[in-house]
Amino acid sequence: MKPKDAKATAAQRAYRERVVAARRSVPLLGNGLRAFMAGGALCVLGQLIQGIWVRILGMDNEMAANPTTATMIGFSVLATGLGIYDRFGQWAGAGSAVPVTGFANSMASAAIEHRAEGLVLGTAGQMFKLAGPIIAFGVTAAFFVALVKTLWVMGS
Amino acid sequence: MGRAGHQTYVFERPVGIRTTGVVGGVKEAEGPLAEYFDRLHDDMRLGQKTWEQAERTLLKEAMDVAMRKAGLQKEDIPLYIGGDLMDQLTTSTFAAKSLGSMFLGVYSACGTTVQGLALAAMLMEAGMVDRVMTGAVSHTYAAEKLYRFPNEYGAQKPPYAQRTATGAGVALLEPGAGPGIEAATIGRVVDPGLKDPFDMGSAEAPAAASTIVAHLRDMDRTLEDYDLVVTGDLARVGLAFAKQLLAGQGWVQTERIEDCGVLLYREDQGVFAGGSGAGCSAVVMYGYVVNQMRQGRYRRVLLCGTGALHSPTSVKQGDSIPGICHAVSLVSTGFS
Repeated sequence: MKPKDAKATAAQRAYRERVVAARRSVPLLGNGLRAFMAGGALCVLGQLIQGIWVRILGMDNEMAANPTTATMIGFSVLATGLGIYDRFGQWAGAGSAVPVTGFANSMASAAIEHRAEGLVLGTAGQMFKLAGPIIAFGVTAAFFVALVKTLWVMGS
Repeated sequence: MGRAGHQTYVFERPVGIRTTGVVGGVKEAEGPLAEYFDRLHDDMRLGQKTWEQAERTLLKEAMDVAMRKAGLQKEDIPLYIGGDLMDQLTTSTFAAKSLGSMFLGVYSACGTTVQGLALAAMLMEAGMVDRVMTGAVSHTYAAEKLYRFPNEYGAQKPPYAQRTATGAGVALLEPGAGPGIEAATIGRVVDPGLKDPFDMGSAEAPAAASTIVAHLRDMDRTLEDYDLVVTGDLARVGLAFAKQLLAGQGWVQTERIEDCGVLLYREDQGVFAGGSGAGCSAVVMYGYVVNQMRQGRYRRVLLCGTGALHSPTSVKQGDSIPGICHAVSLVSTGFS
């Protein structure tokens, strides 16, 4: 038993166990399958767009990566503004949250929601409300990965 | 009779609900109780610039309807007691400002409606005022923005989540009006130690059971003495737990217990376990239940306002979600 739980009474613990047991009704398998399909579909779409950029602008695959990401972000922001992305998110779960479109949705949705509090403190100030943690942990993780790689290169 | 038992007050003066004003939004209009609303909106912004202003407009409209039905003006309302889910009760404050009456803001989350009703009746019993307006309001998008995520953010909700109702319900209380307010039981804070803010019904169910038992003991009654016991808002998950908890304590006649969050929407409306929010119990109790009492379908009803008393900050800091439930017994006029 965790020390935190020591404070709970026997009745509290028994009730909590019943509640948690009832929560098994969350359809984990279905959610996982839908996330896999939706996330995969978004990646296939990204691949198609990358192919288009390669064809139209004659870029190589690496050069086309940035315009492809920008196009996906554009689609996501548009879908957010039209009120589609949140419904897609309820259906797709992690499948819509993990790709770059999810990151764009987190920024666009916060920007729209807080527009009423003004452009500076509302839209600009709250835009990173959900995206902030992703950036903070992403940059920190990237720093340590880069550090390890640098030390590795220096050592060899 | 005055005080009864430990938590209950039995009213001596005949005070009751003269008129009600009930206004709702889009999902409420599509739900099974649509006919019990005085006004329904198909524009979720109600022509306003923000969700918060839309919520105020809902409440102001409900107030106007209740006054119009009684043939009264703003100046005739001496006191408004009410609450909502917004920070510092701004919705109720701004609506009360335009009403111009005395104002008491109250908060019990989804149980605000019944808390306001109990306090309103007690102030009338004490002789402080001869007429009170009381009510509650919530707006799904305003609540979502404040308590959860931006509305357009694609977060996935679990099936036991609840949808905050968009609606306002107010009641105008006067001496001698009906349905009459018979007794009020004030609840204690009951904390089952749950921490999932999506699962408010389970967090509130022990409080609901506690207050219902306290009321029945104080009044020396059983569940069968009520034609309807209506909780607001446990939704499907919490209602099942509340019934289990009551049955476990020997109160087995639980088939007449219903819940505002379950009544307000159909299961296929995409509302997860059901409705919630201060406005959910307000519209169901003051719209549907009062109407059914006037029609003679129910003679004695126990309104149980259940609330999850957490805040976004307390949840983030790892605190549990305490529940509360206040109960008011309503009786049809001419029946005792």
